[in-house]
Amino acid sequence: MNFALWTPLAVPAVLAALSLTGGARPLGRLGPIASSTAVLLSGLLLVGAVLDGQVPSLGGGLLRADALSAYMLTVVGAVGLVSTWGGLGHTEKAPGRFAGSYDALISVFLAAMSLAVLADNIGLMWAAVEATTITTAFLVGHHRTRSSLEAAWKYVILGSVGVAIALLGIVLIYAASRGTGEPTLSWLVLSRTDLPLDPALIRAGGALAVLGFATKAGLAPMHSWLPDAHSQAPAPVSGLMSGVLLAVALYAILRIQTITDAVIGPDFLRVMLSVGGLLSLFVAAALLIRQRDFKRMLAYSSIEHMGMMAVGAAIGPAALPAVLLYVLGHGLTKATLFVLSGRILEVEGTPRIDDVRALLVRRPGLAVPWLIAMAALVGFPPFSIFFSEVGIIVAGFGTGMGVVVGIALVLLLVIFAALTRLTVAMTIGAPAAAPGTDPAGPALPGTDPAGTVPAGTIAVRAAPDRSAHGPRLPLILALATTAVVAFIAEPVGTLLARAAAVLGGAQ
Amino acid sequence: MFATVFPQLIGLCTGALLLTSALMVWRHSLLASIRLLSVQGFALAALVAVIGLEEGEAEVIIVSVLVLLVKGMALPWVLAHETRATTRTDEAPRLNPTAGLLTVALLTILSYVVASRLLSGDTSISAHAAPIGLAMVLIGFLLLITRRQAGSQLIGFLVLDNGIATVAFLTSGGVPLFLELGISLDVLLVVVILYVFAGRMRNKFGNTDIDQLRKLHD
Repeated sequence: MNFALWTPLAVPAVLAALSLTGGARPLGRLGPIASSTAVLLSGLLLVGAVLDGQVPSLGGGLLRADALSAYMLTVVGAVGLVSTWGGLGHTEKAPGRFAGSYDALISVFLAAMSLAVLADNIGLMWAAVEATTITTAFLVGHHRTRSSLEAAWKYVILGSVGVAIALLGIVLIYAASRGTGEPTLSWLVLSRTDLPLDPALIRAGGALAVLGFATKAGLAPMHSWLPDAHSQAPAPVSGLMSGVLLAVALYAILRIQTITDAVIGPDFLRVMLSVGGLLSLFVAAALLIRQRDFKRMLAYSSIEHMGMMAVGAAIGPAALPAVLLYVLGHGLTKATLFVLSGRILEVEGTPRIDDVRALLVRRPGLAVPWLIAMAALVGFPPFSIFFSEVGIIVAGFGTGMGVVVGIALVLLLVIFAALTRLTVAMTIGAPAAAPGTDPAGPALPGTDPAGTVPAGTIAVRAAPDRSAHGPRLPLILALATTAVVAFIAEPVGTLLARAAAVLGGAQ
Repeated sequence: MFATVFPQLIGLCTGALLLTSALMVWRHSLLASIRLLSVQGFALAALVAVIGLEEGEAEVIIVSVLVLLVKGMALPWVLAHETRATTRTDEAPRLNPTAGLLTVALLTILSYVVASRLLSGDTSISAHAAPIGLAMVLIGFLLLITRRQAGSQLIGFLVLDNGIATVAFLTSGGVPLFLELGISLDVLLVVVILYVFAGRMRNKFGNTDIDQLRKLHD
């Protein structure tokens, strides 16, 4: 099974080279999709191996897939597949001259994320996370407009400075391991509880590393690059960045947390992560209430969900299975939404919520999946985000962090109301062009967006646009997966429990 | 023989590192800052070589050659290339030179205070010099915050990165070679990307003043 450790790195690299040299012409624009598929299949193979009780490793233990790594790799592949496949219609309109490098960068981006989750070495993982910044820089600036240039500049400066701080932290952790005779950066060795690591250095190093990766994860107050970058990037790239890149940064935080918890106890990072998480929820709530741009709305919602995951990480082992399920649910939902937002932007020609009215009447082909995905995002059952949020809140009350999750719950309700209002404004109502002809059209604002798919409203217009403006299947698969995944105890539940056990320091 | 000059050599190299960082805050000309950055790269390479000689490890000597090539030559060359293309090569920073140097002094004291608590158990000569690395990290931040030109921000980022490398070499003799390679490559690529963006900025806006990047907000 060890070959599945290098396929998610090698296959995208080869496909990227082919895309660059033009050797992938027969494949058309399928290079990124093939890369995602390779990552997804490798992830599933590794999950199978892990469930059999094996721990595949390669390169003298440099690459290693425990339950957590295998799970994260699968998420990277799944979200990558939804973003790239769903984004097919979008990227065909990209300038032809840059199409090859665009495809190549997406493939390398996928390989870098795979390396980040598979590396059993904090330093190698750091280099991979930095490589994600490098590969996405040109993808964010792909449209070559003034605002995309601004977004890309801010993204690269803040992203690399943040990750540089993480490097300083990693250097200090490395220095802390000198007392063991053989200085090391291996997760496996560092998270053993019996090592004589220097507590002062671990404390400083852990704080800096978490701070640095939190910048990359978009946690407040280091989030300012995120809405710009995610709203300016092409939709499939936004889907990938929002859906998995943030989660990969969170994965790094969780791994660092395992090391610090073993040396100085859980309280230290618990405070940091709770503050960061609540602040993220607050920022998202404050800026979602008055949001005017639907891509920025999705970006702030990512800050919200990362904040909630950080709260879950702060709670500790009891909430970790919920956090990991959250990563999958949020990734698939957000990738679907960003793909759809790209299509809406393309057919409507505007990113402003005010200009996109009555989508359900005019373009049901886009509005129906958008409504379902938004329902999943704001946390309606049966979608898995609901169960993750409930899991985190219950675990929080159980571990004596009732105040933190109480505040989080209030902020979540505010965000729920804000997102519902914005979604209703976009989709439900009468078309502005014919205000007098449709008196019965406007639905009640504030009603449940999943429940209000009224058949009567659609019938009003003569020729509603039922086209999905791109492949439907990836979106259906993504939403169906998030809808059922929470109910599958075997093997999903077992895998999540084992992945959480890896973080709990259990050997 | 070497053991007697070793502390002096360490002191000389770290002194050069701190001095070049402070001078970068003082000087406003971009080209002068780039020359200082090159000197800093050479000083860092010398520091790595000294540590390598003291430990007698061939791997560290290879790293020092790598540092010399990347930080002493390649990066300053890329930056100088970028800067010659701009019309404005001087900087109007948000801090005047006096305030800047005072801040540098305060940051250096702060890093000594922090490092003395962090590395209290370590009495080696190189650990005593480690606060210089922290001070460079903080000075890099200062440059990033107070400078307005794209090129100067890049220099701030590189000083920050040099500071991290200094801390790494002084506290643990540097990270393993393959990681050093990966880190150097990443930093080089980030600088090249920012260089390309600065070029696009000049094409679109006519200059590289980052204060004009204010269009996106909520």
